Amino acid sequence: MSDIERHTIAVLVDNEPGVLARVIGLFSGRGYNIESLTVAEVDPAENLSRITIVTSGTTMIIEQIKAQLLRLVPVRLVHDLTEEGPAVERELLLVKMAGSGEKRIESLRLADIFRARVVDSTIESFVFEITGSADKLDAFINLMKPLGLVDISRTGVVAIARGAAKF
Amino acid sequence: MTAERMNGAEMVIKALGDQGVDVVFGYPGGAVLPIYDALFMQNRLRHILVRHEQGAVHAAEGYARSTGKVGVVLVTSGPGATNAVTGLTDALMDSVPIVCLTGQVPTHLIGNDAFQEADTTGITRPCTKHNYLVKNVDDLARTVHEAFYVARTGRPGPVVVDLPKDVLFATGTYRAPETIEDRKSYRPRTEPDPARIAEAAALIAGAKKPLFYGGGGIINSGPRACKLFGELIELTGFPCTLTLMGLGAFPASDKRYLGLVGMHGTYESNLAMHGCDVMINVGARFDDRVTGKVAAFSPGSKKIHIDIDSSSINKNVRIDVPVIGDCAKVLEALIAALKARRFTPDHAALGKWWKQIETWRKRDSLHYKQGDKVIKPQYAIERLYALTRDCDTFITTEVGQHQMWAAQLFKFEQPMHWMTSGGLGTMGYGLPAAIGVQVAHPEALVVDIAGEASILMNIQEMSTACQYRLPVKIFIINNQYMGMIRQWQELLHGGRYSESYSSSLPDFVKLAEAFGAKGLRATTPAELDGVIKQMLAIEGPVIVDVATDPAENCFPMIPSGAAHNEMILGLDDKKAGDTISEEGMVLV
Repeated sequence: MSDIERHTIAVLVDNEPGVLARVIGLFSGRGYNIESLTVAEVDPAENLSRITIVTSGTTMIIEQIKAQLLRLVPVRLVHDLTEEGPAVERELLLVKMAGSGEKRIESLRLADIFRARVVDSTIESFVFEITGSADKLDAFINLMKPLGLVDISRTGVVAIARGAAKF
Repeated sequence: MTAERMNGAEMVIKALGDQGVDVVFGYPGGAVLPIYDALFMQNRLRHILVRHEQGAVHAAEGYARSTGKVGVVLVTSGPGATNAVTGLTDALMDSVPIVCLTGQVPTHLIGNDAFQEADTTGITRPCTKHNYLVKNVDDLARTVHEAFYVARTGRPGPVVVDLPKDVLFATGTYRAPETIEDRKSYRPRTEPDPARIAEAAALIAGAKKPLFYGGGGIINSGPRACKLFGELIELTGFPCTLTLMGLGAFPASDKRYLGLVGMHGTYESNLAMHGCDVMINVGARFDDRVTGKVAAFSPGSKKIHIDIDSSSINKNVRIDVPVIGDCAKVLEALIAALKARRFTPDHAALGKWWKQIETWRKRDSLHYKQGDKVIKPQYAIERLYALTRDCDTFITTEVGQHQMWAAQLFKFEQPMHWMTSGGLGTMGYGLPAAIGVQVAHPEALVVDIAGEASILMNIQEMSTACQYRLPVKIFIINNQYMGMIRQWQELLHGGRYSESYSSSLPDFVKLAEAFGAKGLRATTPAELDGVIKQMLAIEGPVIVDVATDPAENCFPMIPSGAAHNEMILGLDDKKAGDTISEEGMVLV
């Protein structure tokens, strides 16, 4: 058995109806994993959207995923950021905390250490916003759980290659 | 250029004309009535009215595969589109260029569960190469042209264009194909990488036990690719085997042809594949029906894989030298590279290899015993071949034992004369495909080699054949069983023939007559030749019911989950059940 690898793949697609369904359908239809997926238009003039997919599989499966993505007609480019060199990966997290007293103060202290920002607050709640690697966000969530965490929303990973090169 | 104004339906007809389409296979319905109205007002484009939309797609496939052109289908919304899904999936699996125009409810009703509404682009997304929903009449012509481009270029496949009824009625500006700009995505690669060509040439030059493994990609690439494939075999003197989809890419009568490869391939083909040291895959895809147990597949060989689709590389089998590109261009470059390095094969090694192959060939793995009472199915197909070999014969098949026997025993000398459902294995493919072939080749002999079970899956298309006086010959190998199912039940399920007996069969002779065709029957070996000759003498469509041995099995056979060197040559060979592992049982 080959080892399972985790890869972050950037897919540049024509922004047209159904393109996301094609990508997702490809993954579900062929039994590939999606750990996270984000999508947004990045260049309206060029009609270009960027999908960032975090997936996992054997070397052979990862190679297949990239080749299969390239077969989709609206796909322009596929870049394996994990393979092609150092890349910055970031995710945004919103965490809602409810409570009062010492726990509320402690959550604020930890948020400060993690450089989270308060984006909403009431007498009995905070919403923290924090960006970082998925691991950092996981760690933050774990710390917040015993302090009154009531809701989580996270974006999934976006990534970009380091350095001057535009792919 | 003056921009022409017209309505959407007229635009469809004009676009088809500009794409060089001369025939459309279809079935009308509410949502496509405007197109049928526009069809009525012209006489350039011919419409063949099928009796079921699945038949329309298979007919278009037969047309496409026998001509190399794009096959065109026109069906209505809802059930029209869903009925086409099997055909579209079939075309996707076998890389057949199809453009399927589907009607759709008007744009303002989409999503309202309107009458005969289906989410056609949603349903067909996984079974097409690409699909479109046209929401604006000004996009219509461009979309249809692009659909043709996508269908025929790269690895060919089916493309659906979904056309809401209000778009067909709306007036817009027509755009000719030459005014359509390329899209920024979708750039199929056809030119091979010279470095890969050099690597492939080096491997070929050093080969001692080589084998060519040719597939449908050679035929899809075109007659030139087939010619170059032959030249390469001539240049090297290497043996060649072909997949089910590749039959005809190299002449079957050539002594370097070892026969079909795979589950029901010949002994010599499969053992050569198992034992070769360099395998040159040209336009085949290491399908599970070819590889058998992947872990034990051709363990000692270096593998060159030529394919236009990069996702075929390393999908099932590890490749040493992948060459992405169009078969014709790759073969041309490869021949040039071999000539440039003054290639001469290693005659001593090759001689030994051929000697080994000849001992395998002597096993005569397609052998059967024909007595004087019951017609063996293999005999029926061999006689059909013998009596039609001088005609311009096109063969289509249904799916099952008869299909495998046809692939084993019918000898194809040229490409595009063999139409079968390989990837999807669609029973009911053969008759509508034969209709499509006959439409494209009115003077040719078109025979659907069928089973009595498969033929009933699209028997309604007899009506189409009769309406257009298409003289297709339906040659039914009638063993009263879903033969391949029966065979697996015998070998794998203790002879428990669960639901595989073809009960209450129609009288096929009378059935032919009911459609207005001719029916013939052969029940003994002695009368077979006479019946075939009679069939050939009749000008219109004919159903021939050949009563064959119900117990005959298709051998050789690589049991599922087994390796090529574990193939069974016949029931006398060894206990078939013993070679099938539990792991293999779960495979299809």
